[in-house]
Amino acid sequence: MRLQPVFRNRFLPYLLVLPQLALTGIFFFWPAGVALYQSLLRTDPFGLRSRFVGVANFVRLFSDHYYLHSVKLSFWFSFLVTFLAMGLALLLAVMANKRIRGARIYRTLLVWPYAVAPATAAVLWSFIFQPQIGIIGRALKTVGITWNYYLNAPQALALVILVSVWKQISYNFIFFLAGLQSIPQALIEAAAVDGASSRRIFWRIVFPLLSPTTFFLTIMNLNYAFFETFGVIDALTKGGPGKATETLSYKVYVDGMVNLNIGSSAAQSVVLLVVVILLTAFQFKFVERKVHYA
Amino acid sequence: MPKLRTFWGSFSAHLVLVVGAAVMLFPVYIAFVGASWDTITIGRGLMPLTPGPNLVNNMIRALFVGSGLRVASVPVRLMLVNSLIVALSVAVGKIIAAALTAYAVVYFRFPLQNFFFWSILITLMLPLEVRIFPSYKVASDLGLLNSYLGLTLPLMVSATGTLVLRGAFRSIPRELLDAAQVDGAGPLRCFWQIVLPIVRPNLAALFVILFIYGWNQYLWPLLITTDPRMQTVVIGIVRMLGIAEALVDWELVMATAVLAMTLPVLVVVFMQRWLIMGLTETEK
Repeated sequence: MRLQPVFRNRFLPYLLVLPQLALTGIFFFWPAGVALYQSLLRTDPFGLRSRFVGVANFVRLFSDHYYLHSVKLSFWFSFLVTFLAMGLALLLAVMANKRIRGARIYRTLLVWPYAVAPATAAVLWSFIFQPQIGIIGRALKTVGITWNYYLNAPQALALVILVSVWKQISYNFIFFLAGLQSIPQALIEAAAVDGASSRRIFWRIVFPLLSPTTFFLTIMNLNYAFFETFGVIDALTKGGPGKATETLSYKVYVDGMVNLNIGSSAAQSVVLLVVVILLTAFQFKFVERKVHYA
Repeated sequence: MPKLRTFWGSFSAHLVLVVGAAVMLFPVYIAFVGASWDTITIGRGLMPLTPGPNLVNNMIRALFVGSGLRVASVPVRLMLVNSLIVALSVAVGKIIAAALTAYAVVYFRFPLQNFFFWSILITLMLPLEVRIFPSYKVASDLGLLNSYLGLTLPLMVSATGTLVLRGAFRSIPRELLDAAQVDGAGPLRCFWQIVLPIVRPNLAALFVILFIYGWNQYLWPLLITTDPRMQTVVIGIVRMLGIAEALVDWELVMATAVLAMTLPVLVVVFMQRWLIMGLTETEK
C-alpha cells in the first residue's frame, strides 16, 4: 500500500532533495563516471596525453602477476578477518548474554573499541609488536622466534589480520548480542527441560535463529576487510614487505595516487566497483527476504 | 548437581569475558604506559610494564608542541580541533541532508521522486576506493584541497541516514500532520515542530554513528590534506610514526594515540544505548 502524500507543493520537494543530490552528483556520480571512462584510456604519467585503448587496461590487469597476487591475497585476508572477527565476537556475545553479574560492565568493556579508528588501532599494536622495543616483539625474540614484521611477509600479514580483527570484534559483538537477546528465552528453556545439552541447544536452536544476523554481518565484515582496513595497512606495513599485504583497495591507492598509473588504477576501481555491487546486491536481497517473511 | 552446573557455566562465562575485555584493553594500557616514559628508555627496549613518571608532561608536550627528538609535527591540539570540526560537520551535515531528503520522499509526491531516492541509495555502493583518483581530481579542481569544505562535503552524502529517517518518518501517524495542517501549519513548520522532535532518538543514534564515522576517516583526509595544520589526528599519528623505527619518540606517539581515542571512546561509552539502538535497528 502506498501512503498518500501529506503536502502539495510543486517546488519545495526539489529544494529539499537538492543538497544531497548535488553532493551525490559532484562527489559520487561524476568521479565514478570518470573512473569508468578512464579505465578505457591510457594516460602518460604526466597526464599530458591519453588515448582510447578499449579494454586493454583490464586485459593487462588480469595478466599482471602482481594484480592476481593481490586478488588472491584480498580474498584470503577478507575471509580470515571475517571468520575470526565473527567467531570471537559470537563467543563473547553468547557469554555476555548469560545471566551473570556485571553483564553491563562487560558489555561496555567490549563495545568501546568501536570508537577506535583502524589506523589508530594499528598504531597501538605497532608499539606492542615493534621488533626491537615492543613488549611482545621483544618477548617473541626471547623465546627464540625471529620476529620482524618489516621483513617477514607472513608475520606482516598476521599482524595486519590481528589488528583488523581486534578492531572489528566490538561491531560484531553489538549485533550478535542484540540477535541473541531477541531469541525468546522460553524456547531455550523448553529445550533445556527436554534434557538437551547447552551445546546442542546452541547449535540446533540458537545458531539457526541467529542466521539473519550472521548473514548480515558476513556481508558487512567482507566490506570492512576489503575497504576499511586501508588505514591498518597504511599505518603498519604500507602494503609491504614486497607486496605481501597489498590488498586490492591498497593497490588502487598506490597505483593511482603514488605511481600515477591512472588507467590501471581506474580499471582496478571498476573491478572493485563490481565487488561492491555484488556485496550490496546480496545485502539488498537479504533485506527484501526479511521484509517478506519476517 | 544443577547448582554445580550453573556455577561452572557462569565461571566459564566470566573467564571468557575477562580474557576478552583484557585483550581489548591491553593495547590501551600499554599506550598509557608508553606515554608515561621517555624516548631513551623506550628506544633501548627497557620500558617496564608499569607506568613511569612523565605522563602529564608528555601529554602537555604532545598537545602544545607536538615535536620531539625524531618527530616533527604540529601541536596535537590543532589536529584534535580539525578532527572535531570534521566529525561534527560530517555528522550534522549528513543528518540535515538525510532528513531533508527523507522528508521530501515520505511526505510529498513529485516527478522523478523514486529516481532521486535510488540515486542517493546507490551511493552505498560507491566507497571512495572505487573512484579514488577522479574524486581527488574533482576536489582539487574545485579548490577544496586543504580546506574544511574539502574534508567534509564529500563525506556528507548519507544513504544510510536517508534510509533510517525514511523509516522513522513513515512510522509517524499521518493524522498528526493532517491535524497540524488543518491548524494552518506549513510543511516546514511541521518538519521542525512535529516530525523532528518525534524522531529525536533516531537522530541521537545517527549522530553517534556518524560522529565516529567522521572522526575515524582515513583515506579521504590523507588525500585532501597536505598542509600539516589541516590534518586530522588519525592522519597525524600515522605521519608521526613514520615507519615505526625503534627510535621514534614513542612516548609522544602514544600520548597522541591516547588523545586521539579519548573523545570518540567517551562518546561511545556514554551514548552506548543510542549507538546500539542505532546500529541494530537501522543498519538492517
